[in-house]
Amino acid sequence: MMIREYPRKYDGFTSRFVVRLSVVSMVLFAFPYHAVPLCADNSSVVPQVAFIDSQMEAAWADANIKPAEQAADLEWCRRVYLDLIGRIPTVDEVLQYKNDSSHNKQSVLVGRLLGKEYTREYAKHWANVWTTILIGRDANNRMIDRDGMRKYLQAAWEINIPYDQFVEELLTATGDNATREDASLFNGATNFLSGKLADGGLQATAKTAQIFLGLQVQCTQCHNHPFNSGVKQNQFWELNAFFRQTRALRRFDGGRRVAWIELVDEDFAGQGGDPDEAEIFYELRNGLVKVAYPVFVDGTEISRSGLLPGLLEDGTTYGVNRRRELASLIRSNPLFPKAVVNRVWAYFLGYGFTTPIDDFGGHNPPTHPALLEGLAQRFTEYSYDLKSLMRWIVLSKPYSLTSRMKAESTADAPDSGEQPHFSRFYVRQMQPEQLYDSLLVATKADRSESAGRQDRWLSQFVIAFGTDEGDSSTTFNGTIPQILMLFNGDLIQSATSLDQDGFLDQIVMANRTNREKINALYVAALARWPSSSEVRYANHLLLARKGQVKEALQDVWWALLNSNEFILNH
Amino acid sequence: MDRKSYQSVPCGKRSRRNFLSHLGGLAALSTPFASFTNSLLANAEELKKQHKSAILLWMGGGPSTMDIWDLKPGQATGGPFQQISTSVDGIAISEHMPMTAKQMHHLAIVRSMSTREADHQRGRYYMHTGFVPNPNVEHPGYGSLIAHELATAVPSLEIPPFVSVGGGSVGPGFLGTSWAPFVVSPQGNVKNLESPVSEERLVSRLQMLAAIEDRFIQERRGQLPRDHREIVGKSVQLMSSSQLAAFKVSEEPASVRERYGETDFGRGCLMARRLVEVGVPFVEVNLGGWDNHSNIFGTLADQRLPNLDRAMSALIADLADRGTLDTTAVIWMGEFGRTPTINGNGGRDHWARSWSAVVGGAGFNRGVVVGETSADGREVASEPYSSQDLMTSVLKSLDISLETTFRAKNGRPMKIANGGQVIPGLFS
Repeated sequence: MMIREYPRKYDGFTSRFVVRLSVVSMVLFAFPYHAVPLCADNSSVVPQVAFIDSQMEAAWADANIKPAEQAADLEWCRRVYLDLIGRIPTVDEVLQYKNDSSHNKQSVLVGRLLGKEYTREYAKHWANVWTTILIGRDANNRMIDRDGMRKYLQAAWEINIPYDQFVEELLTATGDNATREDASLFNGATNFLSGKLADGGLQATAKTAQIFLGLQVQCTQCHNHPFNSGVKQNQFWELNAFFRQTRALRRFDGGRRVAWIELVDEDFAGQGGDPDEAEIFYELRNGLVKVAYPVFVDGTEISRSGLLPGLLEDGTTYGVNRRRELASLIRSNPLFPKAVVNRVWAYFLGYGFTTPIDDFGGHNPPTHPALLEGLAQRFTEYSYDLKSLMRWIVLSKPYSLTSRMKAESTADAPDSGEQPHFSRFYVRQMQPEQLYDSLLVATKADRSESAGRQDRWLSQFVIAFGTDEGDSSTTFNGTIPQILMLFNGDLIQSATSLDQDGFLDQIVMANRTNREKINALYVAALARWPSSSEVRYANHLLLARKGQVKEALQDVWWALLNSNEFILNH
Repeated sequence: MDRKSYQSVPCGKRSRRNFLSHLGGLAALSTPFASFTNSLLANAEELKKQHKSAILLWMGGGPSTMDIWDLKPGQATGGPFQQISTSVDGIAISEHMPMTAKQMHHLAIVRSMSTREADHQRGRYYMHTGFVPNPNVEHPGYGSLIAHELATAVPSLEIPPFVSVGGGSVGPGFLGTSWAPFVVSPQGNVKNLESPVSEERLVSRLQMLAAIEDRFIQERRGQLPRDHREIVGKSVQLMSSSQLAAFKVSEEPASVRERYGETDFGRGCLMARRLVEVGVPFVEVNLGGWDNHSNIFGTLADQRLPNLDRAMSALIADLADRGTLDTTAVIWMGEFGRTPTINGNGGRDHWARSWSAVVGGAGFNRGVVVGETSADGREVASEPYSSQDLMTSVLKSLDISLETTFRAKNGRPMKIANGGQVIPGLFS
């Protein structure tokens, strides 16, 4: 089973990584604390952070924009928990950070969140993020096993798989897409392609180019790209040819329903019937039919053979595994690190260097080309280590700014269609998984619950568009159904329940003043203390409930969990 | 059940009047409730005559319009379907649309749609907005736009002005989240409407919530915190609205439900009629499954067209019988048509160059065909019309000013419907 191979496979990497980390930690800890500048300046200790900061500062100066103030300490703390491990901090975690008086406390916290202590939560969160990227949100596609996909991703992020290795595994995966009694063939990575092979792999072609190279080729299936002159129709089909040895076999468990999918490589005879010249045909808009062989987007041709690699009796080899060739071509393409850097940047900063993040080309130039280029280069040098990339970004200046604006309007307004300047933190909706986990954390609910329950909860927000491409969207976007769910739904009812030994019960029963109890609720939900007017409102509520303290605190708690401040990442 | 009776049905355990009176002093959440007092004053019958609505029947996936509205029998591209005559002399449509054929005198077919977006996402965006996707600005779709233009005429409306049955709509773009589609299932179940606590406690909770929300908004963190508070207000209003009964298609007599068809699309069309009757300015009903790259004729004849025919004909007939067709525009379209060439899998692929859309009701000419395609269907053989032109015509049919100009948040002025031209044949 593939997942078990990781430690052996990555020994080389792990030891390199350990050496590198220890260099970083030497820099971090070798100096006595008083040698570190008083204000937490992360760029003085991590050169990649210094690179981001200097690039951004130059860009702000060019645009004549003054960056916002630094975010308040606990605001930053909440943000970094949400973004790195997918949930808000617990009360204990907030207090621990608050009481840390060291000057490099930001760097220490990021180190902890990316370290051993939080490995499982980190992996679970990023497995959710990548499940959505790789297979969308539609839970009804029988060619995909979401659970299998997540199992693979969880295991991959737990060992911090290098990104290039990760993509290779997705692109070349074979085996069963779901676990079953005989687990010997299970490989959850197959789920990336298992649902995208209909119609000769149109979706596999489009999504591979889009996700891993930032190239939108789907419309070149029928014609040259309307405005990205770099993408022609023949390139779509030449890329598509790489997937023609791949088949998703439906497997049955006795019944009539598909029980699982097995992804296999098979010889491809070509549509002309000559496996040594295994071509595919496609149609131009004027009805002319043309031929395509596997040629990568950069023009690199591989063998035209449709046969899988083999050995003749005389010792000569023949054939080629087209997916393996594709994976190595993608790994060495310059767009490959840029596409993921752009994606990760957009994840943490709210906008990418291009909008949309996965549409590179002359028609859509990046806003900060040198920064994108430089980060991609450093990411490549660091063996495609995603945790390092995340660390640089969350310790950088743009990530540390407050979301508060100096005036009602601002020159930096990407939600108005202007280019983002990253001169403040852009407020955004939590992802549904972040909200789900945050509600569980804020209420100390059992977080070992199955992913299936989370999926069922999420499914109420998913809308399928009814096309063969399985497009879907979510209504978890701040509209009425989401509000109603948070007002009245099951999840909020359990989060605000007064069950014995639940979170709220523990607060209510504690030997504390009402003021202290209200403080605790605020820290748990918002990582801050209530303002004096909020305390007045809460006291009002206590009075109105006429001594029913439990119910009053329950109402305060409900209001906190329903507030814009709770639901937004800010 | 008629519209008057919606007004008098108390909702669940609490009456609206009582519930809302508790919120009187709640300044922070009061805006959405201003309309409530108006609603008590509004004369329902008066309203029925004044308000205008539109229903979009969205055919997700791109239907093969040359097998439905613009047949080419005898041509290599024509496929196996035959034409049948309709209630209008000289207009023939697919043999698999017999019931809709009888309603043709209420409808107009535009056979000369010609667009350039043949990708599902791009096509859906373009046909919904009149604009091609642009990384710098999000344009509002039909539903948000028309709701935005027409909702002020219906001050008594307590349910969202843009309802999307089954989803698939394009959102509000720069008009903001408050014009987003309210997505409901075709069964009309609106989830999570009942508060688990007493009305009195709900009011306390909302007051506390308002205090927290206000503080956060005053910290100037942009549009999202403000949007949230506004939607909270609308959600509260919805929770207490008697108009919710309009979603309950199950309350219709069995004979009526049967006429529309006991399908998701049939229930969606029936719900659209009920929603329009309480004043909802825009309803979008989604029917997917048109992306027929293989075995298209079997799929159309056995599944898609019988479903469409039954529901669409019942909707048109009902709107006409009940007097609402004159104030309700109906639009039928998908993101594009399908290739005249039948591919090796017996299917048709994406084709935007020549296809048909159908409109009816409101100010449109009825019982007409506008434009034509070449004998094999590959070309438009008359003046070609775009998404902008179709949208402009829909707006005109609803008496929405075509001079309306929006200013997107970045200050760029933007003509409504991207400055399209009215399609002359649709108006007399």
